[in-house]
Amino acid sequence: MTLAVVGVYMLLVLMVGGLSHRLFRGTGEDYFLATRTIGPFVLLMSLFGTNMTAFALLGGAGEAYRSGIGVFTLMPSAAALVIPTTFFFVGTRLWALGKRHGYITQVQYFRDRYGSDHLGLLLFIVLVALVVPYLLIGIMGGGLTLSWITNGQVPEWVGGLVICTVVMIYVTYGGLRGTAWANTFQTLVFMVLGAATFIYVINAMGGLGNAISQLQEQHADLLIRGDHFSPIKVLTYTLIPLSAGMFPHMFMHWLTASKLSNFRITLVAYPICIAIVWVPSVLMGLVGNLTFPDLSVPASNSILVRLISHYSPELLAGLLGAGVFAAVMSSLDSQVLSLGTMFTQDIVRHYGYDNRMSGKQQILVARIFVAGILVVSYLLSLVSSNTIFALGTWCFTGFSALFPIVLAGLFWKRSTKAGAYASVLTVVVLWIYFFMQGWGNADYTVGGTGVMAVAVITPASALAMILVSLMTKPPEAARLAKFFADSEA
Amino acid sequence: MNKRIRWILYAAIVVLYVLHNDFWFWEDPRIVLGLPVGLTYHIGYNLAAAVLLFLLVRFAWPSHLEVAVEQPAEASSTDAGATGGER
Repeated sequence: MTLAVVGVYMLLVLMVGGLSHRLFRGTGEDYFLATRTIGPFVLLMSLFGTNMTAFALLGGAGEAYRSGIGVFTLMPSAAALVIPTTFFFVGTRLWALGKRHGYITQVQYFRDRYGSDHLGLLLFIVLVALVVPYLLIGIMGGGLTLSWITNGQVPEWVGGLVICTVVMIYVTYGGLRGTAWANTFQTLVFMVLGAATFIYVINAMGGLGNAISQLQEQHADLLIRGDHFSPIKVLTYTLIPLSAGMFPHMFMHWLTASKLSNFRITLVAYPICIAIVWVPSVLMGLVGNLTFPDLSVPASNSILVRLISHYSPELLAGLLGAGVFAAVMSSLDSQVLSLGTMFTQDIVRHYGYDNRMSGKQQILVARIFVAGILVVSYLLSLVSSNTIFALGTWCFTGFSALFPIVLAGLFWKRSTKAGAYASVLTVVVLWIYFFMQGWGNADYTVGGTGVMAVAVITPASALAMILVSLMTKPPEAARLAKFFADSEA
Repeated sequence: MNKRIRWILYAAIVVLYVLHNDFWFWEDPRIVLGLPVGLTYHIGYNLAAAVLLFLLVRFAWPSHLEVAVEQPAEASSTDAGATGGER
C-alpha cells in the first residue's frame, strides 16, 4: 500500500514535468530560461521549495527530538529575516544587471564585473563542489525514508535510485519550465501533507495541549532553549542563511526573471512559508519523545516516520513518504538544472565550443552533464555514512562565506579582481581547515566555544576582499560605469 | 519624506535582527498560547519578519532599478560571458 502511494506520486510528478514539457519550444533559450515567463507564484514555490529539503523535514524534527524548541530559533527563525532581506538588497540589483547585460549565471556576472576569466573558472569549480554534497543529502534522505516507511523492506539504495531517475527524466526533458512546475507542485504537496499528518498525529495523541503538559512533566528541558543551544551559537548561526545570496539556482532566478515585481510576493510570503513547514516539524519531533523515548541519534532522525507509522494507517504513511520525496526532489531538480546551465554557459559557450554545435546539441551536452552529476552524486551516496546530514550546514557555510564577493561586486566600486581572488581563496582554505576539524562531529563549533565556523570564515573572506582590494590598483572607470550607472542618488 | 521612511525601515531590519537573540526567554518555562514561550516568540518573530518585508516591498521597493532597465535583454546572453577577458 505504502509503496503503491509513493509509486503513484512519482508518476504524477513525471506527468506535471511532462505536461509543461509540451509547452517547451525546443530552443536553448526556453530550456534554460523558460523564455523568462515564470509568474510570481511559481517563482515563490520554486525558490522556497528548493531551500526546504529533507534536511528541514527530517533533520529538523530529529534535532527537535534531541534538543527541543531551540532548533526553531536556530534555523527557520533566522532564515525568515535574513533570506528575504538578502533578496531585497542583493537580488533586486542582480535582476537589473541581468536585464541590462543579459547574464544568466553568476559566473558570467563575476567574470565581467572583475574582468577575469580565471576567477570565473575558479568560482565554477567551487560552486559545483559545494552543490554536490547538497545533492547527496537529498538522495540519502530519500533512500532512508523509503526504507523506514516500508520497515526496511526496500533497501536504501533503491529509494535513492528512484529519486535520481525521476529527477533526471523531468529535468532533462522539461528544462527550467518543467522543473519550475514540478517544483511548485511538489512544494505544495509537502506543505499540505505536512500539515495534514501533523493534525492527524497530534489528534491521535490526545491533542497538542495534552502532549505539551506531558512534556512539561517528563522533558521540561526540551521546552526551553536552556543548555541545548548557547546564545552565541544562535547568534553566529544567523550568518548561515546569507548562503541564499550565492546559491546558483537563486542567482539564476534573479538574473533571468522577467519582472522585478514578480519577487514581491516571494519576499513577503517567505517567512510565513518557513513557519508553515517548520512549526509542525519541530512540534512532532518534540512530542515524539512521549511515544518513542530514548532513541539514539541516527534513529531519532526517523522520528517523523516512526510517529506516522505508529499512529496512522498505511495510506497516510505512503502520503508522508510522498511528501518527503517531494521535498527532496524539489531541492534536487533546481540545483541540478542550475549546474547544467552553468556548464553550458560558463564552459561550453564561454570557451567557444558552441560554434561547433547546433542549439539542439548544446541542450544534449547540458543533459549529459546533468545526468553525469546525478550519477556521481548517486554513487557517492552509496558509500557515504548516515552522519552525512551534518554536511548540510557545511554547504551553507561555504555559500555564505562567498557572500562578501557578491556584496562587494554590487555595492563597493573600489573592490578589485585581486580582492575577489583573495576572498575566494580564503574561503577555500578556511573551509577545508574547519571541515577537517569538524569531521565526524555534527555539533562542531570553533574550539567548542559555540561559535559557528561560518562566523569566522565569512568575516575573513570579507576582510581579504577589503584589504587586498585596497592594496591593488582601482578598477578602470569604464568597467565601473557598466555596473554602477544607476546607483542610487 | 519617502527617503525617511526607507531609512526607518532599514533601521527596523537591524532592530529585528537584534531581537532574534531573545536571551531573556532562554530559560523561561512558561506556556503562552498553548506553546512554550520560546517557540511562541519565534513564531511571532516570523510573522513580524513578514510584516517588515511587506512594508519594505510597499514603501522602499527599489523601483529605480525597474525604470533604469528600458529594453529587455534579448539574445545578448550568448556573448555575455565573452566580454570579460583576463587582463
